[in-house]
Amino acid sequence: MTQKVQLFITCLGEQFYPTVLEGMVTLLERLGVECQFPNAQTCCGQPFYNSGFQSEAGKLAKTWLQTFGQSEAPIVSPSGSCVNMVRHHYLELFPAGTPEHAQAVAIAQRTYEFTEYLVHVLNVTDVGAYFPHKVTYHASCHVLRGLGLRTEAKQLLGAVRGLEMIPLNGEETCCGFGGVFSVVYPEISRAMLRDKVQNILATGAEMVVASDAGCLMNIGGGLRKAGSSIRAVHTIEILAATESNGGLKRGAQ
Amino acid sequence: MSERPTYIKFGEYTEHIPANIPAAVQQATGRFLDLYQTRVSEMPQWEELRQAASDIRLHTLENLDFYLEKMEQNVRAVGGQVHWTADAAQARATVLEIAKEHNVKTAVKVKSMATEEIGLNHALEAAGIQTYETDLGEFIIQLMGTGPSHIIVPAVHLKKEEVADLFTQKLGVKAPPDPVKLTAIARATLREKFLSAEMGISGGNFLVAETGTLVIVTNEGNGRMCTTMPDLHVAVVGVDKVVPDWETLTVLLKLLARSATGQKLSTYTAFISGPRRAAGENGPKEFHLVLLDNGRSKILEDPVARETLKCIRCGGCLNVCPVYKNVGGFAYGWFISGPIGAIFSPQILGTEAARELPFASSLCGACADVCPVKVPIPKILLHLRRRVVEGDQFAPPSAPVVVRTGAKLGAFVLGIPWLYRFGTRLLPIFTAPFRKDGWMPSLPAPANLWTKVRPFPAFRANFRQWWAKRTKRG
Repeated sequence: MTQKVQLFITCLGEQFYPTVLEGMVTLLERLGVECQFPNAQTCCGQPFYNSGFQSEAGKLAKTWLQTFGQSEAPIVSPSGSCVNMVRHHYLELFPAGTPEHAQAVAIAQRTYEFTEYLVHVLNVTDVGAYFPHKVTYHASCHVLRGLGLRTEAKQLLGAVRGLEMIPLNGEETCCGFGGVFSVVYPEISRAMLRDKVQNILATGAEMVVASDAGCLMNIGGGLRKAGSSIRAVHTIEILAATESNGGLKRGAQ
Repeated sequence: MSERPTYIKFGEYTEHIPANIPAAVQQATGRFLDLYQTRVSEMPQWEELRQAASDIRLHTLENLDFYLEKMEQNVRAVGGQVHWTADAAQARATVLEIAKEHNVKTAVKVKSMATEEIGLNHALEAAGIQTYETDLGEFIIQLMGTGPSHIIVPAVHLKKEEVADLFTQKLGVKAPPDPVKLTAIARATLREKFLSAEMGISGGNFLVAETGTLVIVTNEGNGRMCTTMPDLHVAVVGVDKVVPDWETLTVLLKLLARSATGQKLSTYTAFISGPRRAAGENGPKEFHLVLLDNGRSKILEDPVARETLKCIRCGGCLNVCPVYKNVGGFAYGWFISGPIGAIFSPQILGTEAARELPFASSLCGACADVCPVKVPIPKILLHLRRRVVEGDQFAPPSAPVVVRTGAKLGAFVLGIPWLYRFGTRLLPIFTAPFRKDGWMPSLPAPANLWTKVRPFPAFRANFRQWWAKRTKRG
């Protein structure tokens, strides 16, 4: 039986990382999964929830539940942060006993971060990727601590042929993005990003890989500002690369 | 210092952090963190212990009246006196009154967060009582005239050279930048104070209700000097510090030092059950326990934020926090700093005075991962952010109207799928003038808050078109 999934592309993913989304579809189909795309999706409400606007977040969450509630298929997303929002915070937005709460409970159980879906649902750790580059890995906070996924992305990357993984000092330390935090306290964000960038530069890797758009925007920007040619790439971009498709395809970041 | 602030300017402080602070803080906290990790790796039952500790703390808080009354009874039973104080002013007045009754001229103090919280030192000095901090770190910051910048290492922001300069200047001795020699200077200065003081003042790490015992955890031995040499011992302790019995205390003690400094146990753990009972016994003639509420019972009314009070003040969340490590403790504007300060202060001082603090976090979650009693700090930060921007049953909103209007507008657009898709198509067009090699190096306000630190990626949404095309192709 063919697995079907609904793609939850997230607003940041859509605005800034279309090649990650294309890679996600390509890879899922390569693994025999059929993708559906609910066109009404916008934002899960996380930016509002994280800045305290719970009523606004609640409205967006309701829309999100309607959009993804139309199908019984599992929901897969390239963002640990947005999955964390759906899985954990939706339950807090709607009081127990309300229909939305019941719906959130049900949907939380079938919403997966991408690497989590591959490793724990498809039971795949080798996706047949080929990527002959030196990379280092940044553990995105909400993938790691929000969802408790410490090894999944590394297992998948470890099976990529040609890939050389260089350990990153301070791998599990936040890069300083933090959503609203990055613009409310830019100077602290700057200091945290500086530490992250220094650690990345010290690895000698060609790329740093992470699993959340927010980290990629922040770290990628930090590397560029530092005049470095090291690129920040999403785990999916590496996993989607094969010998036949010519490897990494992306914009100018 | 540590007087109740009226408004904490966290953001303003972060714009001019003294350059030496992050380096000094990172050096010390990094060492603690390494040791902490070693300790955790030695204990396979660490997670079970944390859960047990969390359960113990929550159970005690939910039955706080019962355990506090038991504590009071048992302190009285061993000959001590108990004073209930509702706020900082009453707690200060109570201590001053006891001091006055005993004609106290000099007091020596054990490091205590509760007395920092109520600003006791200033009150004592104002009443003409010479007050000496005897913990080395506290001794240093008292000479500096500041409050603590870390829960357990109050002078963590200072390098040994700065301490040497301070001692040379304030103590009139030639102090070299050598920790051992500096400690010897402090010890010599304090020794005579221990001998002459009429009153010893402490806080308390725990109160064991079962036996009316005050528990003080220290590393320097000064705690024992302060609580045994003078004839009078006054302990100021928050009502949240009570534990049911010795068995539950053991669980918490196993976690405290390991989470704080990475020690298995701190050098001294003092158990004080009342004053001396017979001539020839050690200890003070009188023991007074001043129980401090100061807003804690109000926190208990809030079912989400209540878990703040589980905190056992180990400072572990500070040691691991990338924000704290880059700003230091003074940024948080009051006696308590770091992630726990960011949730404690707004609840005690009010969100009007401390509304910036709940936002002083990237929500990375590292604090919650190390907290030995599982205080869900990120969850409480979010809860308080909501209080700031939307208001709740405990406080009205205090965020500027413009911010609230902006958020409502943003959510409105995102809530209408066609409008969102329309906006998605417009963004790359409107932002084209700012684009350079796939990035936008500089953007007008308010987006410059981002671009002053790093460029913003170019808007390049085209997934929906890509998807539509390939679906059509079949």
